[in-house]
Parts: sequence; C-alpha cells; structure tokens
Amino acid sequence: MLAFIRGRLLSGLLTVFGVVVLVFFLARLTGSPIDLFFPEGATPAQLDSFSRAYGLDRPLIEQFWVFLSNAVRGDFGMSVWQQRPALQAALSEMPATLLLTLIAMTVSVVIAVILGTVAAAFRFRLVDRVITIVTLITGSIPAFWFALVSILIFAIVYRLVPTSGAGNWQSWILPVATVSLGPIGVLTQVTRGAMIEVLSSGFVRNARARGFGSTRILYRHALRNAALPIIAVAGDIAASMVNGAVIVSVVFAFPGIGKAIIGAVLARDFPVLQACIVVVGVAVILLNLIIDLIYVVVDPRVRLS
Amino acid sequence: MKGDAIMSQSVGQPKLSWFQRSERWQMFTASPLVVTSAIWLLFIVLVALLAPALVAERANLQDLMSRFYAPFQFGKGLEFILGGDSLGRPILLQLAMGAQTSMIIAVFAVGISSAIGYAIGLVAGYFGGWVDNALLRIADILHTIPSILLALVVLFILQPSVFNVIIVLGITRIPVYLRTARAQTVEIKERTFVEVARSMGASHWRIITQEIAPLVFPTIRTLAVLEIAMVILAASSLTFLGIGLQRPDVDWGMMVADGKTYLKSAWFVAVFPGVVIVLTALSASILSNWLRAVEDPTQNILFARKPKARKGASQ
Repeated sequence: MLAFIRGRLLSGLLTVFGVVVLVFFLARLTGSPIDLFFPEGATPAQLDSFSRAYGLDRPLIEQFWVFLSNAVRGDFGMSVWQQRPALQAALSEMPATLLLTLIAMTVSVVIAVILGTVAAAFRFRLVDRVITIVTLITGSIPAFWFALVSILIFAIVYRLVPTSGAGNWQSWILPVATVSLGPIGVLTQVTRGAMIEVLSSGFVRNARARGFGSTRILYRHALRNAALPIIAVAGDIAASMVNGAVIVSVVFAFPGIGKAIIGAVLARDFPVLQACIVVVGVAVILLNLIIDLIYVVVDPRVRLS
Repeated sequence: MKGDAIMSQSVGQPKLSWFQRSERWQMFTASPLVVTSAIWLLFIVLVALLAPALVAERANLQDLMSRFYAPFQFGKGLEFILGGDSLGRPILLQLAMGAQTSMIIAVFAVGISSAIGYAIGLVAGYFGGWVDNALLRIADILHTIPSILLALVVLFILQPSVFNVIIVLGITRIPVYLRTARAQTVEIKERTFVEVARSMGASHWRIITQEIAPLVFPTIRTLAVLEIAMVILAASSLTFLGIGLQRPDVDWGMMVADGKTYLKSAWFVAVFPGVVIVLTALSASILSNWLRAVEDPTQNILFARKPKARKGASQ
C-alpha cells in the first residue's frame, strides 16, 4: 500500500512538473513574453528594464532554470495589476473554489448514485429509459446556458434566490447546480453500468438464493462493489469541476479561482494566469491523490497488494 | 416485436453485408428518437452550408427599430419569428450563421483530434515501451489541466479566431481517443489472430493497419460522434467567455453571451441559441449512444433490445 501511495505521489509530482513546463513554454511560444507581461502602450524603456530585470535577455534554457527554481519556491512574479505576488492572487481565491467543488462533488455523487442505482435495479423498464434520456439531456446542456436560464427562472421570475454573489446559503444553490449538472449525468451512467455488472455477478445471485431482500442486496452487496468505478471516475471529473467554476464566476459573479483566471485574462496579467494554472493543476492532482487513497481504503485488493 | 424478429432471423445466418446493412437500417428506423436526431443534425449541416450564401447580408443587418423585437410575432416576417437581438438583427438568421461556425469547429476539431489520437494510440499501444509511457504521461497532464483553462491560456497567447479554436480543441481532445485506441490495441495485440499474422511474416505496419485498426475503428467512430457534442459544448463555452471568436464571426455561445446582459428585459436573446446548442449536442449524443448499441448489442444502453430470453434467468 505504501508503494502504491509512493507511486501515486511520484506520478503526481511528475505531472506538476509537466504542468510547469507547459506553462513556461506556452508563454514563450509567441517569442517575447514581454508582450504578454505588459499591456499595450508600455514605453520601450519600461520594456527594456523589465527584460533585464527578469533575465529575458538570457538563453532560453537559463530562463527555464530560473523560472523553475522560482516556481519551486512559489514565486511566479508579481501580478501586473494587483500589487501583490501572482501566487497570492491565485491562492486567495482557492478556498471558495475548493468549497464549491467539494459541495458540488458531494451533491453529484449522492444524486448520481441514487439515480444510477434506481436505473440499474429497474433496467430496461420505463424508469431506466427515462433516467438515461434525462442524463443524456443534462449532458447536452452547456453549463453557462443552464446558469443563465436558472437565473431567469429562479432569480428573476420567481425571486427564490439572488442573481449573483456568495453572501448567504441561497446564493450557493444555483452555482452548485451549475457545476454539478454535467458530472451528475456522467456519474449516473457509470453507477448504472457498474451496478448492472455487479448485480449479474455470482455473489449477488448467491445472496439472492440465500433469500436476502432486494434492498439489502442492492445496498449491502452491490453498491459497495460498484463504488470502485464511481470513485475512479470522480477523480476524472475533478478537473472538469474547475471548468464549471470558471463559468460560475462569470455568470454569478461568484468568488473563486474562476474569477482570478478571467480577471487575469481580461487584464492580460500573465503571471497570475500562470500561477492559477499551477495552483489548479496541483489542486486537481491532490484531489486525485485523495480519491486514490479512498480507493485504497474501499478496495482491499489494492490495499493488500 | 419487429426488432426481435430481425434479431432471431439473423442468428445462425451467414452475415452478408447487404443484410447487415439492412438490419442496421431497420434498427435505425425503429427508434423515432434516433431518426429525429439524425434529421436535426442533417438540417443543421445543411443550414451551415447554405446560410452564408443565402442570408449572410440580412443576418447582419442592424436595425434599431427591430431591437429586442419580441419572438413569435409575424409582423416583421418569418426571419423575426425568434425575435431581434440587441442590435436589431434577426435572431433566426444569426442562428443560421452561427451554425456554420459551430459546425466548422466541430467537424475540424473532431477530425484532427480523432485522426491523431487514433494513429498515436494504435502505434503506442502496439509497440509499448518508454514512448508509450511518455505519451500516456502527456495525456495525463493534458487531463489534469481543466480544458477551459488550457484553452484560455492558448487563446490568450494566440489571437481569438475560428482557426485557433479548432487548433486548441483539436489538440486538447486528443487524449480522449489516444487512451481509448491504446487500451484497445494493448488488448487486441495479444489475441491469437494477431499472433497468426505475425507468425506468417506480416510486418508491424500491416498488423497495425490490417489486423488491429479495423477492430479499434468502430469505437473511435462512436467516440467521435459523441465528441461532436463535447466539442460543440466546449467551443460555445469559450465563445461565451469571449475568448474564442470576434465579430463578425458569430457562433451560438457568443449569441448567448450577447443576451446575458438583457436577461431581464429580453430573455429570448440568450435562450434560443442555447436551445439550439442543446438540441444539436443532444442529437449527437443520441446518435453516438445508438451507434454503440448497434456495434455491441450486449451493451445495455438506451437502444439495445431487451434480452427477453435471458431476463427470466437473471432475475
């Protein structure tokens, strides 16, 4: 089990390194990063001093080494617009995103497990078909449009929730729904598939032959084994939740990393954008690591091997 | 019923290609949902092909008198049936123009990513080794960075344009195909018929293209149809965020963004383009789902026929 965790940690570190490399070379793709760091209209003298101050007149490999050693220490440079380090600008928005992701993940897993289990238990019946079609539909709704329509219906027409912000708990409802919408569909299909497979396996038939009730079989025998693929897919979905966070920050003016990212794009604040990518990358990898650990706890085969 | 009769008929008979094709046709027409989806997609493709030539001028005609003209009224003729937008342009015709952009992006992005992912997946899966490992690692990295974030950065550096959106989506969606093609290849290359081909002296190239690729292809095709939906959603998210395109190019996501500000006073400006996105993405998803059911009837999904004989035994 320790070897498993060590392996995952190593591969996570490697991925973080890959993300950092990607960020560096993306910035250098266009040639001079000075155009990126500076807004239009900067004077040549400014550009020159900046270039020397940041070592941009040095060879690329040397620049990469400097960037890397700074990045390791968490130094991504100063934000161009806000008077603070880029990393700080990115990190200060993370708590809201983490909370949103955590809530949305919980909500989508709970709803998906219920829907998927019901669909599997009644497979090929009307309920199953309705659930499958509904998940196809929810999977086809763009998050930004869902957010706008839900504002139109629940905030403007019925005035049940506020249109934006994150002040009270009501203002979290629509953002959480927006972020969960896509994952619910995917997870429901995974749950359904896994449950159908488990339900047709030998030990479930055995349990049935021993006379256990359907409910007990579903929850005690089947769901526990079906949990593995669900947990595995939940890790994949972690990254897509950040996509949702970006949309939510635009539509609902919701705080979070999405706000920092969009703000950085609009202000052409490349250091902050770089820091945001690395922070999101690390967060997603950590989340995947936690999910792997849950996987280990749930599945004795991994734990003992 | 009708479908089951065909099913039982096909069992034990030699699979002739014309017969198989007709069976597919029967399966196709058996589900009104699939037929409707196909018709809708065909319609959108037609509109995408014809709109620029027929309505480009009238679609972009700004007329302050038709600003936020309410939908479902016939006062201004059929082209204003879905109302007018914030500059008085007819929403219906703007949607038609957007269809072209969305279809171009979807077709080319899916074409690029599927072709590259399929090819690399086959080769990497077949040969294995450190190249395979490195490719998987890169796919993992691409997977770790949320797609919108990656696209934001690239479009931040490059200029927003249809071409660049295609490149960004074409590259970021490669891992989807790569992983699938690779996983299948790794499994298939161990099978006996591949071994037979190898023992008979077939080259690597021949084994990959003649023995393995045809078996991987159906999965890639199904995936590509599903990816049309995914790419339409991803591209519209980018244009909604205002980083994908610039006027005069227009797509459905951009139109939703235009309507965002006027949600309270003119709901239809944002709502209708979204409806078109949902219908198009949904059609592609349904078709993909159906393709999977056709290719693998044991897969228990929406369009798979009820296994009547086995149902009693399993329950």
